[in-house]
Formats: sequence, C-alpha cells, structure tokens
Amino acid sequence: MTLPLAIFSSFTGAFDFILHPREAVTGGGVQVGGPEYVWHFARTQLEVTVIALALSLAIALPIGLVLGHLGKGEVLAVGFGNAGRAVPEIVVILLLAAVIGIGLRNVAIALMILGLPPILTNTYVALRQVDPTAVDAARGTGMNGAQVITRVELPLAAPTIMSGVRTSAINIFATATIASFVGLSTLGDLVTGRNVYGDDGVVAGAIVIALLAMAIELALAGVQRLVTPRGLKLQRMRQGA
Amino acid sequence: MSKNHRLRALFAILAAAALAVGIAACGGDNDNESGTTESAGLIQKNPDNSGVQVTVGSKNFTEEYILGQIYAQGLEAAGYDVSTKLNLGSETIALKALKDGEISGYPEYTSTALGSFFQVPADEIPSDAQEAYTQVKAELEKEGLTAFPPTPFADSNAVGTLTTTAQKNGLTTISDLKGKSQDMVLAGSPECRERIDCLAGLEKNYGLQFKKFTPVDIGLRYTVLDKGDAQLSIVFTSDAQLANSKKYTVLEDDKGLIPAGNVIFITSKKVADEAGPDFAKVIGQVQQNLTLPVIRELNARVDIDKEEPAKVAHDYLKSSGLIQ
Amino acid sequence: MLLPLAAQGKVLAAAGDGCAPGLPAGFCHHHAETGCVAGNGLFCAGWAIDNFDRYVDPFFRQLEIVLISVALGFAIALGLALLSHRHRFLMPPVLGLTGVLYTVPSIAFFFLLLPVTGLGLDTAVIALTAYTLQIIYRNTVAGLANVPNDARDAGRGMGMTERQLLWRVEVPLAVPEIIAGLRIATVSTVAIATLAFLAGAGGLGDPLYEQLLFKTNIIMVGVLAIGMALALDMLLLLGQRFAMPWRRVRG
Repeated sequence: MTLPLAIFSSFTGAFDFILHPREAVTGGGVQVGGPEYVWHFARTQLEVTVIALALSLAIALPIGLVLGHLGKGEVLAVGFGNAGRAVPEIVVILLLAAVIGIGLRNVAIALMILGLPPILTNTYVALRQVDPTAVDAARGTGMNGAQVITRVELPLAAPTIMSGVRTSAINIFATATIASFVGLSTLGDLVTGRNVYGDDGVVAGAIVIALLAMAIELALAGVQRLVTPRGLKLQRMRQGA
Repeated sequence: MSKNHRLRALFAILAAAALAVGIAACGGDNDNESGTTESAGLIQKNPDNSGVQVTVGSKNFTEEYILGQIYAQGLEAAGYDVSTKLNLGSETIALKALKDGEISGYPEYTSTALGSFFQVPADEIPSDAQEAYTQVKAELEKEGLTAFPPTPFADSNAVGTLTTTAQKNGLTTISDLKGKSQDMVLAGSPECRERIDCLAGLEKNYGLQFKKFTPVDIGLRYTVLDKGDAQLSIVFTSDAQLANSKKYTVLEDDKGLIPAGNVIFITSKKVADEAGPDFAKVIGQVQQNLTLPVIRELNARVDIDKEEPAKVAHDYLKSSGLIQ
Repeated sequence: MLLPLAAQGKVLAAAGDGCAPGLPAGFCHHHAETGCVAGNGLFCAGWAIDNFDRYVDPFFRQLEIVLISVALGFAIALGLALLSHRHRFLMPPVLGLTGVLYTVPSIAFFFLLLPVTGLGLDTAVIALTAYTLQIIYRNTVAGLANVPNDARDAGRGMGMTERQLLWRVEVPLAVPEIIAGLRIATVSTVAIATLAFLAGAGGLGDPLYEQLLFKTNIIMVGVLAIGMALALDMLLLLGQRFAMPWRRVRG
C-alpha cells in the first residue's frame, strides 16, 4: 500500500509547487514555484499559441474557403491535412529553428505551420459538404460568389471548420511546450527542469499543461456551439434522436 | 561526376591515406613534439567477466555520450556483457536510474555530484581534483554508492562570448560585465535560470542584471552567439569550440561562482563488488589519456564533425592502444 | 615517402593539421572548416549515408513503441466500442473520458506518469495508448452504427443470435471505418512517438537530440518517421483489402 501513497504524495507535492513558492532543489536561496511563477510560463505558452493560431487561421481559412467554394485542389487540401499528421511536431520546430532562428517570432512561425493542415482540410471538406441546394437557392436570390461564401457556405460550414480549429489549437499548444529548447520560456521549462524543480515541479508543469489544454478544448467547443446555425442544431438533434 | 572530379576524389583519397600513415606513425612515436600518448596497454579479455552484465549510462550531452561509450567499449573489451543507456537526461535522472539498478554506473563530474546531490555550496567545493574526489566518495559511500578515481581533465560551466564582443566591451572577467550586462542577453539551459552556479548566482553573487535570459538547449550554446540571439552564453570549458578557434572567449570566474570538476565513474558498491578486479582496472586504463586537449578533440569530432559518439570513443581507445 | 615515418609524423603535426596545443599527435584529426557538415547545409547526403546506422536501432525502437501502443489502444477501444454498442448509456461517459485522454498532450502525460511508472517504455506506451483510444473508439462506434438495418434483418432472418449477428454481420461491415480509425491513430502515434525519448523510452528522438540543430539530422529523423507512418498506413490498407476481398478499397 506504499505505492499508492507515494503517488498521492507526489501529486500533492505538485499542487503545493503550484500554490506556494519554495527553494529550488539546487539551493542557494533561489525561490521557485507559486502561482505567479507558474503563471509566467503558462502565459508565454498561451500567448504564443494565440499568435500562432491566429496566423494559421489567417492563412488556411481563406485558402480553404476559396478552394472549397470552387471545388478545386482536393488533392492539395486533403492530402496536406493527411500528410501534416505524419510529420513529427518536434522536427518542424527544430528545422525551423535551424533555418530561421530561435525566439518568440520564429517559434510562432513554426507553430503556425503546424496549425495549417487541420484548418485547411476541415474548411475545404466543410465547404464541399454544404448542401448544394442551399447554394443554388442563394445564387437564385442574386448573391455573388463572395456573398455566397460569407452568408451561406461559411455559416453552414462553421461547425466543421471549428473542429479543425480545435485540433490545431491543441496541437499548437502541446507543441509550444517544446519551445523551451529553442528560446521561449514555456511550461516546457518546468517539465524538463527536474534538476532545479524536482519531481514536484515537473509534475506541476504537466498538470498545468493538461488543465490548460482541456480549458482550450472546452472553450473552443463552446465557440463551436455558438457558431453552429440554429437550423443545423435542430437538424442534428432530429438525426441524433 | 566529371572526369576531373573523379581524379580529384582519387587524389584526395590517396592524400588521406598518406596522412593516415603519417599520423599513425606519429602516434606510435614516443618522443614527438606534440606530447606523448601513454600506452596503457591492450585491455585483456577475461573469460571470467563474460557472465557479468553491466549497463553503462550517461547524461544527455556530447561529452557524456562520448565518456559513456569509452567506458562501455573498454569494459566490453575486458569481456563484460555490456549494454548502454546513454540518454538519461539530467543528473537527477541518472542518479535515480543508478539507485534503482536500471544502470550499473555512469560518468559524473565531482563538482556536480557535490553540488547537486549533496548541496555543497559552490565556494566550498575543493578545486583540487583528489580532494574533491575524496569528499564525494565519502558522501557516496553513505548511499551505498562508490566512485572510481577521477579523469585527468576537469570541466566546468563558463560564461562564453564572441571574442569580438569581449574586445569591444573590454571583458576578461565576469566582474567586467558590471554596468554592461543590462544591455546583453544571456543564453543558457532552461534550468540555468534558477541555478545558483548559473543565472541566479550571476545575479546574486556578481550583482549582474541582464537584458534578458533566453532558455535554449545546451546543444545551441554556440549557435546563439553566432546568430546574435545572445551576447553571452553558458558554455563548457572542455568545448571543442574553445580549443582551436579564437572566435570565442571565456570570461574568468573571478569570484569562484562556478566550480570545476573532474569526471568520476559512479557505480553502486554491489555492482563494483560483483564485477571483480578488472572493472576498476579498465576504468583507470580508459580514462588515463583523457587530458583537456584530448577530451576537447573528442568533443570536436562529435560537435563539429558530427561523428557518432560510439565511433569517436572507438577511435580514442584504438589510438590509445587499448583495443585493436 | 622516403622520409623516416617518424619524421613525417613530426612534419604533419607541426603543419598544424588541426592539432591543438598539447594534443598527443596520435589523436590528431582534421576538422573541416568548410563544406556541408561544417556549414550545416540543408542536407549533407554523404553524412547521411555514413551515419545511417545511427538511426537503425532507434527506428525499430520507435516502431516497437508504436505497434505496442496502437495494438493496446485497439484492443481497449474495440472492447469499449462493443460494450457501448450493446449498452448505449455507456457511450457518453466513454466518449468523455477518452476525449480527456486525447486532449491531454502526450508530453504532459509522460511527466504526469513520472510518480507512477517513472521513466521508460511503459510510460511512453501508456501515454500513447491513451491518445489512440478516442480515435479508434469513435470510428468503431460509428462503423457499427452505420451498418444498414437490412443487413441486420437478413442476419436475424437466417436465425443468428445477437452474438453471431455482431461478429458475422456488424463487425465485418464496420471494418472499413474501424481500419480508417486505426490508420489515423497509427500515423499520428508515429509522429508523437518521436517525443518518447523525453519519457526515457528512446526512439528516433534519441538521435534527433544528439545533434539538435544539425539540419541533415533533423531531416533524416523527419523522413524516417514519415516513412514509418506511410509504411504502416499502407500495410493497414493492404490488410483491409485482404480482410475484405469482396470490396474495392479507396485509398
């Protein structure tokens, strides 16, 4: 019965690390831990996630919308998404660091690239799945291409696009952990700093990463619900029941 | 490939062969000007060792990979049943692996062992290799561990900078950074920030403030200087980059903040007892030639030439006449 | 070549063949200061060929990690899917739980397990298995649900029991969607397993970490990981063709 106890005490130690400052394992009166200390790393990781996700959206969404609207470039849009899954995130981060350099700007660019495939693919697929009769009806009322995209296709495609955005966001946030190899102080500092933070600090870092990932997921799931047109919700409820 | 290219390639191969002959001759020559290679004698294979399983560990940076391979290949030559686990991460992880019996031993620095494992303050760590060894051995004994005598070379962290930066700002010691460091970025491993023998100590003991601290993996310690991402970077004194080129300058640690340490191979007493007399003998033999110029050269082959640590270790053992 | 060998050695050492002061001549070694490797060129083919053996063991280690994780994930997810196919009320909690496991980044999962399993293969396998559950479960449940009722009725008409119906009608008809889930899970797991070295489990992350910013090394690891993912993907596709010879499979 000592093992469960030891595990339990490890986790209470981790929460203690999050809540109260303490001396670093390496000593010298250096204080680590506590809410402000941990938040500092978490904030950097969240900031770079937001920047990278915004850049991904700004690039992948318009491309996906246009390709999906025109029904062209399926190989590109879908193939890119599938290929993107096979590329190890750490390889992208390191290759970009080796080619363009380290620091916030470069990490944001690398993470932006990782965020592109799910958004692009989902946007394309979402637009292709829009009921053609709805598009025809819109055209019939005299809308031009841009109006059809923004007023009909985009709202109807929004839920599927959002699920791509969720995948991108989680992927970007998770990978931002590794950014502490290449010049950005994220929560990766905590999980790889066992010498100074001890097991408590490492587990604390992991707990905060996990909780924030879930918070991002929940928040974006909420957004997804908000952007789902009422008609679609009703339709789904009927299908689901 | 054009004919001309092929000829040139052939010529290069011939030239390389000629060089190799010359170098080999030079190595066998005992009174050459560049210093002598002490022949420690060929490691003898002892059939008694064949049943003894030994797992050699190491931490995860160049020098440790090479040292781990040197010990592992030396022990293998003596007939031990050797496997390796050479990517253990930091010293905390390596020590735990040793205590858990996951590895039989690994190379550690006396300074790191005293500072990290036994919380000896940096200014109390003996600068004399034997003294530090005696102290750390005594501390390890209490935990059921043992350490073999230290390597000839010592290594320490150091504050490095581009020589041009040092000249421009008139920097020779860390204290010279006073009044200038607030405009400089310091790069170091993420944990440097909180280490008293790193950023925390530079701030506290030297009273320095930096423009920014940039956490990077230790593999990037020179890249950040080259690319201008940082003006100061935490380097190792045994780094290859410091051996041949005048490009980098190490600032003298005039307040004795950062202790130097020689490498000791740490094992558990149980492993040492079961492994028999050849174990200590081989460890002594393989590290006998590890002076600062030699370890820098070996680090250069991995860090600059991108050779494999296993191959570099093999070449070292061969050049030392320890294996054939 | 007429000079005594020892004299030649001296000449070479004195000529400064990259030989540092104090370095015994036996260790002299020429360090190229220019060229692809020294200049960290985009891809140094010669180096890649010479150093290919660095990647062999880590490649198979990563394959091992992936195969164990996906196999475990498949077994667990299939079991959960079959259970919740019969007991519908299980679906929301299983989806919720596997959703949480899917969302927790693997890198965090490795370190959350630190107090429980320490570092090593187990840790990596548990985290990656947990990651695959949601993908395989969702697809399997959807596959079973999409089986046409006509097929079920035909089975019942032939006097099949519920168990026979499940294994002889529903599961076979759900194979394409189950395999689709397996393919996504496998390909993603190969990519994430490159981080398994952080959990002390080895894999391609080990050689990657040894030369962290050497472009040729990064590209080699990337190419090998992508290659492994594509190869496993192809195998699964072939497996599906083999399992369902009556049906043409779309790539």
